[in-house]
Amino acid sequence: MIRMTVAALAFCSAAPILAETHTVSAGEGAQERLQEALILAEPGDEVVLEAGRYTLTDGLSLDVDGVTLRGAGMDASILDFTDQAGSGEGLLVTSDNVTLRDFAVENAKGDGIKSKGADQIVYHALRVEWTNGPDASNGAYGIYPVEASNILVQDSYVRGASDAGIYVGQSENIVVRRNRVVENVAGIEIENSNHAEVTENLATKNTGGILVFDLPGLPKVGGGDVLVARNAVIDNNTDNFAPEGNIVASVPAGTGVMVMANTRVQVLENALVNNSTSHVMLIAYSQPYDDDRYQPRPVQVELRDNIYGSGGNAPDFAGGDMIAAAMGGSLPPVLTDGLHQNLGRNDQVPILTLGLTKVGQPFAEAQPSLLRPAPITSTWTNDPVVLPEEMEARLK
Amino acid sequence: MKKSLLIFVAAAAALAGSITVNATVIDEPAVNDAAILEGMPRTLSEFRFFTDGMIHHPNYQVTGYELNTPLYSDGADKLRFVYLPEGTVLMGEGGGLLKFPVGSAIIKTFAFGEGEDRRLIETRVLLHRTTGWVALPYRWNEDQTDAKLALAGARIPMTRPDGEEISYRIPNKNQCKTCHSKDGEVIPIGPKARNLPSEWLAQMVDTGHLSAVPSGSDVLPHWTDREGAETADLARAYLDVNCAHCHQPGGGASNSGLDLRWEQYDQTKLGIRKPPVAAGRGAGGHAVSIAPGDPDASILVYRMSSTEAGVAMPELGRSTNDPDGIAVVRKWIEEMPAS
Repeated sequence: MIRMTVAALAFCSAAPILAETHTVSAGEGAQERLQEALILAEPGDEVVLEAGRYTLTDGLSLDVDGVTLRGAGMDASILDFTDQAGSGEGLLVTSDNVTLRDFAVENAKGDGIKSKGADQIVYHALRVEWTNGPDASNGAYGIYPVEASNILVQDSYVRGASDAGIYVGQSENIVVRRNRVVENVAGIEIENSNHAEVTENLATKNTGGILVFDLPGLPKVGGGDVLVARNAVIDNNTDNFAPEGNIVASVPAGTGVMVMANTRVQVLENALVNNSTSHVMLIAYSQPYDDDRYQPRPVQVELRDNIYGSGGNAPDFAGGDMIAAAMGGSLPPVLTDGLHQNLGRNDQVPILTLGLTKVGQPFAEAQPSLLRPAPITSTWTNDPVVLPEEMEARLK
Repeated sequence: MKKSLLIFVAAAAALAGSITVNATVIDEPAVNDAAILEGMPRTLSEFRFFTDGMIHHPNYQVTGYELNTPLYSDGADKLRFVYLPEGTVLMGEGGGLLKFPVGSAIIKTFAFGEGEDRRLIETRVLLHRTTGWVALPYRWNEDQTDAKLALAGARIPMTRPDGEEISYRIPNKNQCKTCHSKDGEVIPIGPKARNLPSEWLAQMVDTGHLSAVPSGSDVLPHWTDREGAETADLARAYLDVNCAHCHQPGGGASNSGLDLRWEQYDQTKLGIRKPPVAAGRGAGGHAVSIAPGDPDASILVYRMSSTEAGVAMPELGRSTNDPDGIAVVRKWIEEMPAS
């Protein structure tokens, strides 16, 4: 049963003075008890998941503003969707000012946790995992906020997503920090979004570590102002296991950081080690599209103060091995299709260009060469992403 | 308020399968307006939408209706009703949703079987309150005497009249909103003038329940009588009714960029040669939502033809495939010029 106890004063000023705590335990009827708690919670309330494994047959959802869903730890309170029979995700959040923390979502049939139009959402210390590891039949996204403003994803762990471990789409004002993303197709993907900071994450054993993409034809296009800084992007060489048809299915294994389209992307102070195709890849969107708003090239990208380890030794694209052989066995740490504009090259490392001159030109027409050395270009600083103070305060 | 009237109590007839009709004069209580306007009644009977449970005879203030093209719900029969508070009327606006006054309600009961074999499974109510629409699901009891609020929904293993074993899902309150939502607000989906028969609308005008028959009404083809209808009309109507509540701007799947509304003519937005965005394994290895001329290479058909969570579309509301809907959409795609 749901126990109701009166909790301490709520910190959030928007919440009622007396918030309630609804404690739910695992076991018989967990699906209905937990779902009912999520429906009956009032703004400011906390729904607490006691330690245990919750066997769930259908997706859960939360549609009340200002609710915290808190477990006893990412290895203690486990929402197990192995037997899920319905819904497109494990947990769906559609309300604002929600905090999700300290629990796990395992083996969701679709996405792990999705929040849509949910502003000021905090994902903290969560584990979203497909426990069988890389598999095309796993769900697409682990942590999946979309169409929202003010998003914080931190201290979480995602493994096994057949698209992106942490995917932020069509959103604004985003912080993704101190997460571990392991054995996903894309570790972290920021897509069609603006003002994002991806910092201090560990992305390892994915197909691609960190992707910054902008795609045409979506309600929100024109992504940019993205900072990718102080991440460890290591050993992202897992064979691409994304189902065909998805954009990430085209990401070569061995990709560290990949920027597709977007305007103003800074890649700073990252440790890029043993990514066997390329540590940093800049490419234009190459498919046909019909969208006047869309700009397909990576424009104004800056590479500064990154540490480049070994890599580029097993490029995973057609002809890559021949280029590598011609360059002494491995590709240079940075690769561009040649369609970038205003590349800020402050890292003095060789850059391979495929020498394409037109957007959409087939790779078969590539004219690979090294970019001519260029002087250090002027740097700029993106405005820092500032989240509302109360979001950080919720975690104190 | 009460109203005296003559009703035909047919319960015995339906139970026994014979025609023994008793004419009775009773005082029939009015619909419970207070229950519509606030709270979450624990039982369906508290609303007094029906004069009895099993027979589902509507209260004298409640009117039944049908849609030209209905949403597929595992083959369940759907009994639809509207309630309008005394002295209020529906307003029409083109082919779109009828405008319901505050205090009105839309009631939909899901049932399987016919005659004495009919079993009521659940009743979903949409209540129009001063704060907006509220959606609540009710699950019928074994005795079929009343339905109980099922906030968290339910999953019911059952055998359909055709013998198929299915796992029927009653949506939870939030899942009601997943479909019944635009820009974060709960809204009705079904009663759009374009999908309502002219005769019914005219009758509603005659009885003083509707201001006028809206222009643009009764445009969607009649699904039960679809021989001879244009394939494109049938397919577009089917997609409008079954998919567009999410797949439209402001809907639950707006981020996909796929817009399957009847009034959408932009080829890409309709999915023609449109690559997937967040489909994951739902793409089934296909590159586009609709590949003209090639239904087998179209994500749309792939997802309509699956019952697996994470792949199946719609995500909610069905645990079986709809062969008729799939056939119509396949034919439509097949007939599209490939070049």
